[in-house]
Amino acid sequence: MFRFIVRRLLQLIPTLFGLSILLFIWLRRLPGGPETAILGERGTPEMRAAIRRNLGLDEPILIQYGRFVRRMVRLDLGTSISTKREVTTEFLQRFPGTVELTVTAMVIAIGIGIPLGYLAARRRGRFLDHASVGGSLIGICIPVFFLAYILKAVFSENLGWFPSSGRQDPTIGATRITNFFVLDGLMTREWDAAADALMHLVLPGMALASIPLAIIVRITRASVLEVLNEDFVRTAEAKGLTENVVRRRHVLRNAMLPVATSIGLLTGGLLSGAVLTETVFAFSGIGAFLADAINQRDYPVLMGFIMIIAVVYVLVNLIVDLSYSLIDPRVRVR
Amino acid sequence: MALLDVEELSVTFARRGQRAVRAVDGVSFSVDAGEVVGLVGESGCGKSVTSLAIMGLLPRQPGLQVGGRAVFDGTDLLQLDDRSRRDIRGRDVAMIFQDPLSSLNPVVPIGLQVTEVLTRHRGMRGEKAAREAAQLLDRVGIPDPKRRLKEYPHQLSGGMRQRALIAMAVACQPRLLIADEPTTALDVTIQAQILELLKDLVRDSGTALVMITHDLGVVAGMCDTINVLYGGRVVETARRRPLFRQPRHPYTVGLLGSVPRLDAGRGERLNPIPGSVRDLLPWPDGCAFAPRCDRRVDACVGEPPELVLTHDGRSYRCVDPAPVAGLTPGEEVRAAAPGQAVPGSAPAQAVPGDPPAVPGLAAAPSEEETP
Repeated sequence: MFRFIVRRLLQLIPTLFGLSILLFIWLRRLPGGPETAILGERGTPEMRAAIRRNLGLDEPILIQYGRFVRRMVRLDLGTSISTKREVTTEFLQRFPGTVELTVTAMVIAIGIGIPLGYLAARRRGRFLDHASVGGSLIGICIPVFFLAYILKAVFSENLGWFPSSGRQDPTIGATRITNFFVLDGLMTREWDAAADALMHLVLPGMALASIPLAIIVRITRASVLEVLNEDFVRTAEAKGLTENVVRRRHVLRNAMLPVATSIGLLTGGLLSGAVLTETVFAFSGIGAFLADAINQRDYPVLMGFIMIIAVVYVLVNLIVDLSYSLIDPRVRVR
Repeated sequence: MALLDVEELSVTFARRGQRAVRAVDGVSFSVDAGEVVGLVGESGCGKSVTSLAIMGLLPRQPGLQVGGRAVFDGTDLLQLDDRSRRDIRGRDVAMIFQDPLSSLNPVVPIGLQVTEVLTRHRGMRGEKAAREAAQLLDRVGIPDPKRRLKEYPHQLSGGMRQRALIAMAVACQPRLLIADEPTTALDVTIQAQILELLKDLVRDSGTALVMITHDLGVVAGMCDTINVLYGGRVVETARRRPLFRQPRHPYTVGLLGSVPRLDAGRGERLNPIPGSVRDLLPWPDGCAFAPRCDRRVDACVGEPPELVLTHDGRSYRCVDPAPVAGLTPGEEVRAAAPGQAVPGSAPAQAVPGDPPAVPGLAAAPSEEETP
């Protein structure tokens, strides 16, 4: 187990190395550069050259890359070109928002998706089955920003149940410790701040949950249908066990294996930011900030954020692999 | 009154747009306490479906129709609601399945798979249930039971897994045990051990056993009474010895004849029954076996053959059965009734020399012994 974790973490090093080379080449190949973003169309060639010199972009690309690697080793990701603040600071301020949003979305997706998928499988061919399969198709097809606007219009503007934008009401004056607003509120016992932050998470969380929910419903349904045909379920029935025990211990536990894998991949995907949802709800996570950084050609921000997201992605999937070995004794990690 | 009386059991699978399939077509047999009854036939003859129907374990699907009666100790199992059926399953009637690996839950330790039966039917929990489970594993011959309780199915050998499944089935001392080809997935030496174990359990506890198999060796070693199934009906019922010595139905004759023999001469060919079980005549149109039968006569086709009850308590469903020396067919027939007679209830005293299934029931001389 311990060796498995160490080996997987060591595998991160070549992964990150390769990723950084690809990113470096790709970013530099993008037309335009930070100087165009700063000066716009009116800048003279001299002004452009001055800015490039300032940022060290006039040097050969290998030297630039060498400098980047030397800083990376010291965990220094440099300074954002557009905000003039440390990339690490920017990340730590925004990433907690994305994590909170991801957790909310996945709680909704898992909490509804697994029971719904199970019931659809059990009532195969009946109304609930058709409804959830059809509904999940709609969930995958509907554009997230469109759903986000509808949710906002209905539940925020018409019904007024939830706030429409931001992560927290600034007038609350909440104390910041970790930048996880809900967690901060709980830690400082500012219950109103925690509740307010939670309310702000509901609508963007629902919008973001739509696609993972649809995928989880479908995978759970397919997986349960497969397990229901297994001989050991018949054995469990032959023992006269109650339906509840058969369902929990014999069907769901086996059906969860493929679902766990997809949950890992989906969570990793959400953690890399949700540009559209964050934009619609003016939610300050990393998604909208990354989109800006691409427009601004903010090389340090792009490099730094994407590297960290890669690490997070690998960690999430490592956790999934570990949990897999907990559910299935046949998969023993070595 | 027998412990289990199956009367005219029929199972039909219907699918929209397709012809309905009658997997079991009026099967009747009975099982007495302490008796070992065999259901024998080729794949597809309906023997497994029969057992699943009795247990109420057929996959719930639209188009499934179960008819007839399966009376266990005065209650018709087919009429029970889901809840009372769950109460009986595992406690009074238990079942052992074919493939021990796929019949065990791969992600649940053996211990919990045994104790869950004890918890459900005997209200045992925690330490007490674990002790009882270890005793059960010990009883079915699993060494070091305490350690095995914590292990998972994939860590056990094939024979060990089948033993574990048997332990789960006998955990509540059921009065009826149904074993659906319990040795098919095991190699021959293990097969013998498992059969020996089943025999011991039946002898020690007085449990009735329904043995479903296509293996005539298993039948010869275990069963008191044998029902031969073909095309979803019982075609012949007899006690073990008469059946092997003097099979009457041509299908039984074919089955026995197709067993490879070690003492056969070199180069001698095997004797399979020609055709396959799919060459089936629907029963209402005549004898289902007629297309493959070498004793076929005109009377086989047209209407289903009646069930013939002989003086020695055997029964068969054939208009032209294999002859018995010194006996004309007209003489031996005692009764013939289409679907009214209850076959499978060959009285224990019908066969002298054959040890009675129920201890204390002495063999009585029969009126007519077929040599």
